[in-house]
Amino acid sequence: MNQSLLRTLTNHTILILGTIFMGLPVWVAFMSSTHAPETLFREGLQFWYGGHFFETYTEVLFVEGGVMKKVTATKMLLNSMVLGFGFSIGKVVISMLAAYAIVYFRFRLAMPLFWIIFMTLLLPLEVRIVPSYEVVAGLGLLNTFTGLIVPLIASATGTFFFRQFFKSVPEEILEAARLDGASPLRFFIDILVPLSKTMIAAIFIIMFVVGWNQYLWPLLMTTSEEHYTIVIGIKQIYQVLSEGGELPQFQKAFALTILATLPPVLVVVIFQHWFVKGLLESEK
Amino acid sequence: MATLSLSDVNKRYDNGAHAVRGVDMEIADGEFIVFVGPSGCGKSTLLRMVAGLEAITEGEIAIDGRRINDVSPSECDVAMVFQNYALYPHMTVYRNMAYGLSNRKVPKTEIESIVRQAAATLRIEEFLDRKPHQLSGGQRQRVAMGRAIVRNPKVFLFDEPLSNLDAKLRVQMRIEIKRLQRSIGVTSIYVTHDQIEAMTLADRLAVISDGRIEQMGTPIELYETPATTFVASFIGSPAMNFLPARVADDGGSITLDEGPVLPIPAGALAAHAGRALTLGVRPEHLGEEGDDDPVASLEVELIEQLGADTLIYGRLAEGGEDLTVRLQGVRTLSPGDTLPIRAPWRHLHLFDAESGARISLG
Ligand SMILES: Nc1ncnc2c1ncn2[C@@H]1O[C@H](COP(=O)(O)OP(=O)(O)OP(=O)(O)O)[C@@H](O)[C@H]1O
Ligand SMILES: [Mg+2]
Repeated sequence: MNQSLLRTLTNHTILILGTIFMGLPVWVAFMSSTHAPETLFREGLQFWYGGHFFETYTEVLFVEGGVMKKVTATKMLLNSMVLGFGFSIGKVVISMLAAYAIVYFRFRLAMPLFWIIFMTLLLPLEVRIVPSYEVVAGLGLLNTFTGLIVPLIASATGTFFFRQFFKSVPEEILEAARLDGASPLRFFIDILVPLSKTMIAAIFIIMFVVGWNQYLWPLLMTTSEEHYTIVIGIKQIYQVLSEGGELPQFQKAFALTILATLPPVLVVVIFQHWFVKGLLESEK
Repeated sequence: MATLSLSDVNKRYDNGAHAVRGVDMEIADGEFIVFVGPSGCGKSTLLRMVAGLEAITEGEIAIDGRRINDVSPSECDVAMVFQNYALYPHMTVYRNMAYGLSNRKVPKTEIESIVRQAAATLRIEEFLDRKPHQLSGGQRQRVAMGRAIVRNPKVFLFDEPLSNLDAKLRVQMRIEIKRLQRSIGVTSIYVTHDQIEAMTLADRLAVISDGRIEQMGTPIELYETPATTFVASFIGSPAMNFLPARVADDGGSITLDEGPVLPIPAGALAAHAGRALTLGVRPEHLGEEGDDDPVASLEVELIEQLGADTLIYGRLAEGGEDLTVRLQGVRTLSPGDTLPIRAPWRHLHLFDAESGARISLG
């Protein structure tokens, strides 16, 4: 009795400390974003609500800022959405199709091809960024969403996970479907995709967050402010804010940061629900 | 609805395994054929070749005279019930059954009536909206059969469909399968290694060993006149007793090695005088009662009471060969007792000692 009480207490203490440790910076950023620039300048970070929530956020969201004064946070959020969804959906689709081909079509070079795909893990974007940039620039795709998304889509990790998953689907299911007259495409759509729901949700969540947080590639790719993603925007706007002769508008930078964290959090919360449900209703 | 013919069918897997070797078979319309054999003998491979799921290395398989070697599985018009059911886990029972039909572009209303009717036949109507993981093993098995019958196929294939069920359910499903097959009269092939299933379901039985058909015939033919020691040992439970023996030089009796001498009807083995044999006799034919004189006595070592029958394991007093005897009813015997053994001539099976082939007597 006492033992287990003690254990519960320790467990909870650890969990609570962890939560505070993880949550505090977000809390401070949010609270600081509701203060006037003067307060922040004079008193530093704020731990409590400052009363300027609506002012700051409406200004950030709807009034053009940046060097060229051309872009609002709404626009940048939209850009990030396009990047996040394009990136994650693209990755899921491409890696699923690649894994499908590798697992179900017994073509001669399936294994070598798979390992070649797998080896690209050793060549992340940062390593090949110059040639990638050159290709995209050569195709005239700078400052386009296509140029922003497509070079990032190929995914060895995704292909690997889907491959492992497809291999665990009993072969009899495929055979039953063949006897039921399902074409390869029908089998993929009617059977593999629904069976992979949980996998799709998991990879989608991870990839959305990764895509949303892309920094280096969008920084190189986008020179016009209309294509800034929010992650780039924070940096650029912050620079402008602190370089001007006026009082630095720290509250805006904090507000942007908070806005930038919201969509990934929402995606995780929404899809995690599906994800967990899928795991519990284990159907396979 | 269909005849099936296999001629000189061979299967070699890529890894070199020669799983099916020169199988010839003619299956009549509506016949229920069972493949039995030990694990790894090639039963599933042969069945899957008929289904078109496995390429045919050599030979030809024809349904209704149409060669199906290169026809895709869905066009062969066969339906298969798998050992692990292979239901689509994310689809309801209804959709599982309807899937094959909708792929064939059958109109929706027609699908509905076909599926409902099949569900009624199999008594799974109340489960139509459930997913497979919400069903018991027996119910899943029924759904798997439902999925096969809605297609109204030319040939039904079953690959050990009952091996995941408990003993009681297995008996019940066995009877249902038989009834269903009778009522729709569809040509069927059924793979099992349970010989009770094999005996009870089959119109004809094919015993397969190492990729070859050892013998094919009705269950009773195989029981009464097994062509080889392999078939003899495979059909019947408990398995047949085998004893090394020799025909006396005058052809008038059979001598068990270091053991008793069995008299034989005059002239029956005249042509085989001096030949080495394997003598086979089923446990149920070594009865202690009957008109024949006892030929040996058994030292009882172990007794199994099954209620209706008693199984007695022991060794011959002379020669020490192991024997199993099956007697009817409950017997009070204990280890160490001796039991007189009768071996009526009409129940003896003689096989060549070398090849194991049956020696048929004029
Ligand atoms: N895909 C395969 N590749 C290579 N060899 C195989 C393959 N499938 C089966 N074999 C081999 O072919 C032989 C026959 O296998 P099969 O599955 O037909 O046996 P089975 O009679 O159905 O056995 P069981 O009663 O255990 O199901 C075995 O020796 C097996 O190892
Ligand atoms: Mg098998």
